[in-house]
Amino acid sequence: MIKLFRFLKPFGWSVAAVLALIFFQSLSDLYLPTLMSDIVDIGIVNGDTRYILNIGGLMLIFAAASALCMITAGFLSSKVAAGFGRNLRGMVFSRVESYSLYEFDSVGTASLITRTTNDITQIQQVLIIMMRMMVSAPMMCIGGVIMAASKDAVLSLIFVVVLPVLAGAILLIFRKGVPLFKAMQVNLDTLNRVLREGLTGIRVVRAFNRLGHERKRFLEANSRLTDTAIRVNKLMASLMPVMMLVLNLSTIAIVWFGGIRVDNGDMQVGDMMAFLQYATQIMFSLIMISFMFIMLPRAEASAVRINEVLNIVPEIKDPEKVKKPDSKRGFVEFKNVTFSYPGAERPAISNISFLAGPGQVTAIIGGTGSGKSTLINLIPRFYDIDGGSILIDGVDVREMAQESLRAKIGFVPQKAVLFTGTIADNIRFGKEGATDDEVRRAAETAQAVEFITGMKDGFDSVIAQGGVNVSGGQKQRLSIARALVRKPEIYVFDDTFSALDFKTDARLRAALREETADATVLIVAQRVSTVMDADRIIVMEEGKIVGTGSHKELLNTCGVYREIVYSQLSGEEIA
Amino acid sequence: MKEEHRGQRPAGGPGGGFGRGPMGPMAMPAEKARNFKGTLKRLLGYLKPRKLRLLTVFVMAILSTLFSIVSPKILGKATTKLFEGIMMKLNHAPGAGVDFGYIGQILLLLVGLYIFSAFFGYLQQYIMAGVAQKTVFDIRNDVNDKLARLPLKFFDSHTHGEILSRVTNDVDNISSTLQQSLTQLITSIVTIAGILIMMLTISPVMTLIAVITLPLSFIVTAIIAKRSQKYFVAQQRELGILNGHVEEMYTGHPIVKAFGRERESITRFNEINERLYHAGWKAQFVSGIIFPLMSFISNIGYVLVCVAGGILVMKKTIEIGDVQAFIQYSRQFTHPIIQTANIANIIQSTVASAERVFELLDEVEQIPDRIDAKSIQFPKGRVKFQDVKFGYKEDVTLIENMNIDVEPGQTVAIVGPTGAGKTTLVNLLMRFYEIDAGKITVDGVDIRDLKRGDLRSIFGMVLQDTWLFNGTIRDNIAYGREGAGQEKIVRAAKAAHADHFIRTMPDGYDTILNEEASNISQGQKQLLTIARAVLADPAILILDEATSNVDTRTELLIQKAMTGLMKGRTNFVIAHRLSTIRDADLILVMNNGSIIETGSHNELLARGGFYADLYMSQFSGAYGEKEVV
Repeated sequence: MIKLFRFLKPFGWSVAAVLALIFFQSLSDLYLPTLMSDIVDIGIVNGDTRYILNIGGLMLIFAAASALCMITAGFLSSKVAAGFGRNLRGMVFSRVESYSLYEFDSVGTASLITRTTNDITQIQQVLIIMMRMMVSAPMMCIGGVIMAASKDAVLSLIFVVVLPVLAGAILLIFRKGVPLFKAMQVNLDTLNRVLREGLTGIRVVRAFNRLGHERKRFLEANSRLTDTAIRVNKLMASLMPVMMLVLNLSTIAIVWFGGIRVDNGDMQVGDMMAFLQYATQIMFSLIMISFMFIMLPRAEASAVRINEVLNIVPEIKDPEKVKKPDSKRGFVEFKNVTFSYPGAERPAISNISFLAGPGQVTAIIGGTGSGKSTLINLIPRFYDIDGGSILIDGVDVREMAQESLRAKIGFVPQKAVLFTGTIADNIRFGKEGATDDEVRRAAETAQAVEFITGMKDGFDSVIAQGGVNVSGGQKQRLSIARALVRKPEIYVFDDTFSALDFKTDARLRAALREETADATVLIVAQRVSTVMDADRIIVMEEGKIVGTGSHKELLNTCGVYREIVYSQLSGEEIA
Repeated sequence: MKEEHRGQRPAGGPGGGFGRGPMGPMAMPAEKARNFKGTLKRLLGYLKPRKLRLLTVFVMAILSTLFSIVSPKILGKATTKLFEGIMMKLNHAPGAGVDFGYIGQILLLLVGLYIFSAFFGYLQQYIMAGVAQKTVFDIRNDVNDKLARLPLKFFDSHTHGEILSRVTNDVDNISSTLQQSLTQLITSIVTIAGILIMMLTISPVMTLIAVITLPLSFIVTAIIAKRSQKYFVAQQRELGILNGHVEEMYTGHPIVKAFGRERESITRFNEINERLYHAGWKAQFVSGIIFPLMSFISNIGYVLVCVAGGILVMKKTIEIGDVQAFIQYSRQFTHPIIQTANIANIIQSTVASAERVFELLDEVEQIPDRIDAKSIQFPKGRVKFQDVKFGYKEDVTLIENMNIDVEPGQTVAIVGPTGAGKTTLVNLLMRFYEIDAGKITVDGVDIRDLKRGDLRSIFGMVLQDTWLFNGTIRDNIAYGREGAGQEKIVRAAKAAHADHFIRTMPDGYDTILNEEASNISQGQKQLLTIARAVLADPAILILDEATSNVDTRTELLIQKAMTGLMKGRTNFVIAHRLSTIRDADLILVMNNGSIIETGSHNELLARGGFYADLYMSQFSGAYGEKEVV
C-alpha cells in the first residue's frame, strides 16, 4: 500500500494542502468547546450578555472557517484520489499491454482484469477515506488530548487509564475476529463453488438423478457459512456497546473527579464541560481509527496485487539496434528451435527445423500437447526461445522490431476473438485505414459476406461484447477476414477451420488458395482432410517433428501420421 | 463468467454484517425496486418464523436507545448541582459547598443506565445475528431448491454469472441490511423521537432553537443527493465502458499483440480513463460536500444552543446542566438524521436485491411429476416418437410430425454440421424440455407418465462437456450410481479403459480433482465420464462421439470404451465417425435445429440429399474432387 503512494508524488502540493486544511479544520473544531467554556465561565458567571453574543459570533466564524477548510480539502482530495486512480490505472493498463504472452498467462486474464478495474477502484476509495478520516482522526485525537490537558492536566490523567482499556478491547475483538472473517471467506467460496458446479453440470446432475445429493452438498456448505457468519456477527455485536460503555463511563468519571477539582477551586465548571466534549471527540476519533483498521487489510490485498503487475517487466523487448530484412519476402525458417515454458520440466518443442517459403502451404498436425500451437506462437515472437533461431526473411526475430515483425504476419487464432464495434471495424482491426472495398474483398474470401449482408445493418452491424451475437463459425470467418485484409507475407492459421461446417470449410479453403497464392501459409490442424492438400505436412508428437512430407509420402513413411489418418477415416476411405 | 464485477459499491464484509463502515457513501443512487411494497412484504414474510426474537430485538433496541437518551439529562443534573454549589460558594452563602452525596447518587444511577444500555445494545446485535443469518440461510436454500425445479429452458436464457450473483451478491446485500441497517433504522428513529421529547421536557424554548437548523439539513441533504446522483450515474457509466474495454483487450491480448494494436488500445483506454476521472472526482466531491455542510449546520445549532442557553441560564429560566444536556443532544441529533437518509437508500437497494431473488423464485417451474406415476421395472429400451412436435421458442417449430421407432438394442446415429442442434433430441428424450405435441414412449409408457428421476435412470449419458466435480476420482465415477462399492467402481473404470491412468495418479482412485479438473487431461476426463455411465448400466445410452482436444492415443481408447459401452443397449449417438454412422440402424440428419432426413446410410446416399452432400464433403478429399489416396 505504502509502495503505491510513490505515485502520489505529482499530487504532492495538493496532498500537503489537504493535510494543512484538515489540520486547520481540526484546530477550529477543537477550539469551539473552549469558546463554549468561556461563555459559561465568563459570560454566565458575570451575567454578560454582550460577551456571550460576541463569543457566539466568534464561534460561528470558526465553524464557517472549519466548513470552508473541509470543503476545500474535499475538493482537492477528490481530485487527488481520482487523479491517482487514473494515473495508476493508466500505468497498469499500459504495462499489461506490454506483457508478452508468458507474463500475461502467468497472472491470468481474469485476475488481470480484476487488478486493472476493481482493485484500483478499491484503492482509490480507501485513499479518499484516508484523506478524509485517517488524517483528521489522529489529529482530533491528539489535538483533543492536548486541549484537554491544557484545560486541566490532572484530570486528563483519566485518559491514561481509559485509552489503553479502549485500545485493548478493540484489539482483543479484532484478534478474535480476523480468523473468523477469513474462515467466512473460505466458506463463502465453497458455497459459490458448489453452486457453480451444480449449474455447469445441471444436465449431468439431472441425468443421473442426483438432485438430492447436490441438495445435501449445498445445505452443508450453506450451514457452515451461516454458522460462521453468526459467530462473526455475535462477536462483532460486542464492539460498539463496549466502546460506548467505555466512553460513557469515562464521562461519569470526568464529572466526578472534575466536580471534586471544581469544588477545590482547581478548575472551572465551563472547563469541565469543555473537557467532557474533548473526551467525546477523542473517543470517537479512536472509533474511526479502529474502523480504518478493518478497511486497510482489504486495500492492502488490492495494493499487493497491483504492485505485482507493475513489478513484472516484460521479458521480450525490442533490440537496441533493429535489423531490417533485405528484399526477401515470406520466408519462415526454424533452425534447431527448442523452447520450454518457464518452470516446465520438459521442453514444449525441441529441435524443430523447417523452412517455409512464399507460395507454399505448410500444415502442422499432431495430437493435443504435441506442440503445434506452441510452434506457431513463436513466429510472431509471443515467446522467446531457449535454443536455436527463428528467421523471418533471413533475420532472427529477436533482432527485429516486434511491430515490423508482426506487420508481416496475418494471425488467425484457435479461438476467434472479436471486439465491440461494427463488423467493418473488426475487419479493419487487421489494417487501419483499409478501404471499404478492401474490407469487402476480405470478407468475400473469408466466406463471410453472405451472413454479413443477411444482418440488418450489413457491414455496420454491431458486434456485442464477446461477440455473443454471432455464431462460432461466423466469428471464425470474421477473424480470418481480419487477417486477410492485411495482405501479409505470412499467414498463420491455428486450428482455424474446426468451427466451420464441412461445406463452408471446403469453399473457404478454395477461396483462400487463390487469395494467398503468393504468401506463405502455415496451418495447424487436427482434421486430416484439412491438411491433405498442403505442400508440406509436418507431423508432431511430444514436441518433436516425427515426419515431414506430403500426404502420400507420410502415409508410407510416418507411423504417427498413419495412426491419425486411420482414427479419422475408416479403412475404405483411405484405401 | 465474470461475476466478480460487482460495480462500485464498496464490498461489504462477506456474508454481511460488518464493514459497511460508520460512514457509508452518502447519496449514491440506489436501485429502485419495481414493486417496493409487495417485495418488502414478502421479505418480511421470511422473518415471520422468527417473529418473537425479532420483537425482542426491537424491544432491546428501543430500551438501549432510551437509556442512552435519558443519560445526558441526568448528567446535566449533576453539572447543575455542581455549578449551583460553586455559585453559592462564590456568593459566600452560608453552608455553601457542592452536594457530592447527590452528585454521587446521580452518577451511580448513570453507571447503571449506561451498563444497561450497553448490555441491551449487545444483546440486540447478538440476537439479530442469529435472526439475520438464519433468514438468509432460508432464502439461499429456497433459491437452491428452486433451481432444482426449474426447467433447463431457464438455464439457457440466464448466464451462470447472473444466477450466481443473485444467490451471492443479492443475498449478501439482504443479509447485511438485516444485520445492521434494520436495527439502525429503529435506533435512529427512536433516537430522534426520544431526543425531541427529552429536549421538550427540559425546555420548549431551547428545543425550538435546537431544531431550527433541522429543515436546513433536510434541504441541503436533498439538494446534494440529487446533484451527486447525476455524477454517480456518469461515473458508473464510464466505469462500465472502461471495464468493458479492459475485459476485451485482455481476453484478446494475443490478437492485439499479433496485429500490433497496443498503441491504439492504450489511446482508447486513456480517453475513457480521462472521462472517468472527470466524472469520478465530481461525484466524489459533490457527495463529500455533505459532511462539512452538515457539520457546519450542526455547529450553527451548537452555537445557538450555547448562546441562547447562556442567556437563558443568566435569566434563570434554565439550568447550566440543561445547556450541557442540550449540547450533547444537539450533537447526537444530526447523526441519526444522516443515517436515516442513508438507510432509506440502503433499504431501497436491498428491496431491489430481494426483488431479483424473488423473481428467480417465481420463475415457472417444470411440470411436477404425476402422483400416480408409472414405473418401468425392467427397462428394455424400446423408444418411440409419435407425431412429435417441438420448438425451443413458441413460434419457431423445429421438429414436426416426427415418427421414429427404435427397437431394443438398435443404434440411432444423429449427424449434421456443427450447431445443427443435435442435442435437441437428447433434451427431449431425457425430458429436459417438454414437447409441444405428440408423445414419446419408452417401452410403451409415455415419458410424461414416469417420474423424471425414474425416466432418467433408464438413460445413460456421455456428453462432450465432461462434467466432473471437485472431489476424488472415486466419487466422480460413483456419481453414476449411489452407493456403489469399490469393486464395482474399479470394474467400471476397467471397462472404460480408465483404470490404468487412474492407477498412475499419485493417489490412485483417491486423487482429488481440482475445481477445473485441470489435473487430468481432457481425454482422461472423457474416460471418467464413460466409466460413470458404465457403472450406471443404463438400458438406453446417449453419447456424443466428439473427442475434440484429445490426442490420438487417448482417442483410440475412448473409441474402444464407447464401443464396449454400446453393446447390448439402445443407443442414440451424436455421431462423428463414419463406421458408427454406417452401421447405425437409423440415421437422423439434422440441420438448423430440424431433422431433415431419416433413413439408413444406403437409403440416404441413394436419395442424394443433404446427407449425401455432407458425406461427400466430409469423408472424401478436401475439395470433393480428389480421393484420399
